[in-house]
Amino acid sequence: MARDVLTVQASTVASESATKPHTLSLVQKEHSGRRKIKMGREAPSQSQMSYTVEQLVAVNPYNPDILPDLENYVNEQVSSQTYSLNANLCLLRLYQFEPERMSTQIVSRILIKALMAMPAPDFSLCLFLIPERVQMDEQFKTLIVLSHYLETAKFCQFWDEAAKNRHILEVVPGFEQAIQEYAVHVLSLTYQKVSRSVVAEAINVEGVSLDKFIEQHVANSGWVVEGKGKLVSLPRNEFNHPELKRTSSAQSIPLDRITRIFPVLG
Amino acid sequence: MVGHKRYPAPLLYLQLTHMDEPRENVEPEAQLTHSLQLEPVISSNAVGSRNPNQAAMAASGYEYEDGLQSSVDGGISYDPYFVPDPVKSFVVHLYRHIREKNVYEIHQMYETSFHTLSDRMFKDTPWPSVEAVAQYVDNDHVFCLLYREMWYRHLYARLSPTLKQRIDSWDNYCSFFQVVLHGVVNMQLPNQWLWDMVDEFVYQYQSFCQYRAKMKSKTEQEIALLRQHDQAWNVYGVLNFLQALMEKSSIIQILEKEKEGLEQFTATDGYDYSGGSNVLKVLGYFSMVGLLRVHCLLGDYQTGLKCLHPIDISQQGVYTSVIGSHITTIYHYGFANLMLRRYVEAIHEFNKILLYIYKTKQYHQKSPQFEQILKKNEQMYALLTICLSLCPRVKLVDETVNSQLREKYGEKMLRMQRYDDESFALYDELFSYACPKFITPSAPSYEEPLVNYNQDAYRLQLKLFLYEVKQQQQLSLVRTFLKVYSTISLEKLASYMEVDESTLRTILMTYKHKTHSVGADGKTISNADMDFYIDDNLIHVVESKTPKQYGDYFLRQIVKLEAVIGDMDRVKLE
Repeated sequence: MARDVLTVQASTVASESATKPHTLSLVQKEHSGRRKIKMGREAPSQSQMSYTVEQLVAVNPYNPDILPDLENYVNEQVSSQTYSLNANLCLLRLYQFEPERMSTQIVSRILIKALMAMPAPDFSLCLFLIPERVQMDEQFKTLIVLSHYLETAKFCQFWDEAAKNRHILEVVPGFEQAIQEYAVHVLSLTYQKVSRSVVAEAINVEGVSLDKFIEQHVANSGWVVEGKGKLVSLPRNEFNHPELKRTSSAQSIPLDRITRIFPVLG
Repeated sequence: MVGHKRYPAPLLYLQLTHMDEPRENVEPEAQLTHSLQLEPVISSNAVGSRNPNQAAMAASGYEYEDGLQSSVDGGISYDPYFVPDPVKSFVVHLYRHIREKNVYEIHQMYETSFHTLSDRMFKDTPWPSVEAVAQYVDNDHVFCLLYREMWYRHLYARLSPTLKQRIDSWDNYCSFFQVVLHGVVNMQLPNQWLWDMVDEFVYQYQSFCQYRAKMKSKTEQEIALLRQHDQAWNVYGVLNFLQALMEKSSIIQILEKEKEGLEQFTATDGYDYSGGSNVLKVLGYFSMVGLLRVHCLLGDYQTGLKCLHPIDISQQGVYTSVIGSHITTIYHYGFANLMLRRYVEAIHEFNKILLYIYKTKQYHQKSPQFEQILKKNEQMYALLTICLSLCPRVKLVDETVNSQLREKYGEKMLRMQRYDDESFALYDELFSYACPKFITPSAPSYEEPLVNYNQDAYRLQLKLFLYEVKQQQQLSLVRTFLKVYSTISLEKLASYMEVDESTLRTILMTYKHKTHSVGADGKTISNADMDFYIDDNLIHVVESKTPKQYGDYFLRQIVKLEAVIGDMDRVKLE
């Protein structure tokens, strides 16, 4: 379940005194090319298959024969809640080379997966490879609008629009949680202290569920509830506490530069 | 379970088009005994294994009607079989130098003599055909491929190639790359030439895609020819050749080993001083830049950067040994980063290269690449303007570059930061001027009505770029306010910006999101010089200051002073 996933990840991270917010590092870990949220019991055959496809993409990417494998891999990413940007870009490229073979269903899934990878710019990267007339399709227009709302942090409008288009989005499990993580990421960048209502609007959770959500983060990500429950204090990181930003190591000079003046020093 | 399907190497997959005689007739061994491949001894296979390509080449020499007649004036006729004396002596000497591996002389002839002769005698006609010239060079197979490569490059530069010529040029590249990939090539060629080959290969591909996409004015014959030769300049072929060169040369492993000191590559500029050949290695190296370029043309910036990854652009390398390669690499690297919203990285690299060009362009005034260098210089200034408008970090830019920038685009940059309709027009203008010539890689559907779709790819990239700019519309305004206040309440700022508070919150979060990009390693990096954080309803502004680098400055001055004292010591006072 979604909550378990968050807990599993968060519990491996150190406690409050870490300099980075746990949610941020969570998000960062997942934004590398291979995002794997383990369900706890990932079937070995699935992980073997993905390994082979990744090999194909690395070694032999300009090959029309691997198109079906890549398509299967997209479906596997959806069902096992994993993600691989490189493989998906490879597939979109092949679609570009042979437009007759394009499957709008697969493209739609790739785009939804890319949305879930925010704040990474994966969604734009995918759009660059999809011809304009294909982007005119209704479902893609919707996804582009959703992406726009997320990019401009208009969470309220985003959740409204997402609700209206549930049928497109529910094919990909884990969507809601991923967007909530992105929302928390942006909040962590911006606020030291944020009111409960702002959090609620950003993650589209209210009432009792909101309490549970905040409780979870208090337990695992270093959130602190203040002000009679109305205010949430987010953990300190270098983005919402700029004074924590480590000044660049300009104060230390690497040894090989000093060697230049050894002859002078005699 | 997915089986490993190794995509057949280009050698097998790509069928040479248009062959008059089936390729199988010519035995590979017969080709390999030609001198430039194995032993330096002249082998006179002249009459026997006459390269079928040459026959076709002669035929195509006559098929220049479309391009040539328009440019032939005063009734100058072109006889492909006539070889003027200077050309005779040119090929004889070039052939000798290649056999004797006199890289310096090859470079001189290639850079200077070829262009001087072209200017003098072949201003608007092609060079003599390969068939006519072959007799002076023992019909050496590989030399003929090299000569033909130069022949086509000259044609593309001075005249406009016909479809047949485009296809023939593709065949020539196939043959040449196959020889390099297959046999043991026994030559050392100057890096300039090897770079030009890769560069021209990608350029001709780009040119072909543009040509093919203009379906409106195609004749029946042209369409038939296109359909027949669908392998020529096929996107798979182009990419797989570049990939094959990269893999076969093991260039990535060589670069890795070099870091550990087990190999010498960069130190020798790619040349092989132990009697071998530099051709495969250096072609493999430049293919990485070629792949970056092709991926940028297709709009796949992420993969392009991945292809370039083995080359460390923070250091000198073989890519800097040829100015054309240096500029092309950085131009595409910077452009890809711009599209990936990594503005700081793009600014950093553009700054470096523009400074470098400023300091060194005087040395290239006589070179045939000078015009290209200037063009790319201007384009990169435009791209730098775009980057700085989206991410104002002027301190990252060197003083010299900055003053040049102000001169060329200072006024426009001010207007761009206003984010009104006019500024979008300016973003459009600069992007369109400076962007690569994007291509549509798929073949046209010959059944649909014939339209021109050569602008489609460019229009898409432009549209998505402007979309991104639009999303950043409010950021410039936020920044002006941040510069003025150290703290300000949300309420007050909202009233100044004439929006309501919740809209302001979204704007501020957008600012944070857009100024914190995700780096290549997945980490969040801040691009902003003006930053802030919100404490419930209060905004606290923080300006990031880069600490002054005193250490470096002192080190430099100490070394300088020591040098001056040394010089003074050497002066003898009479």
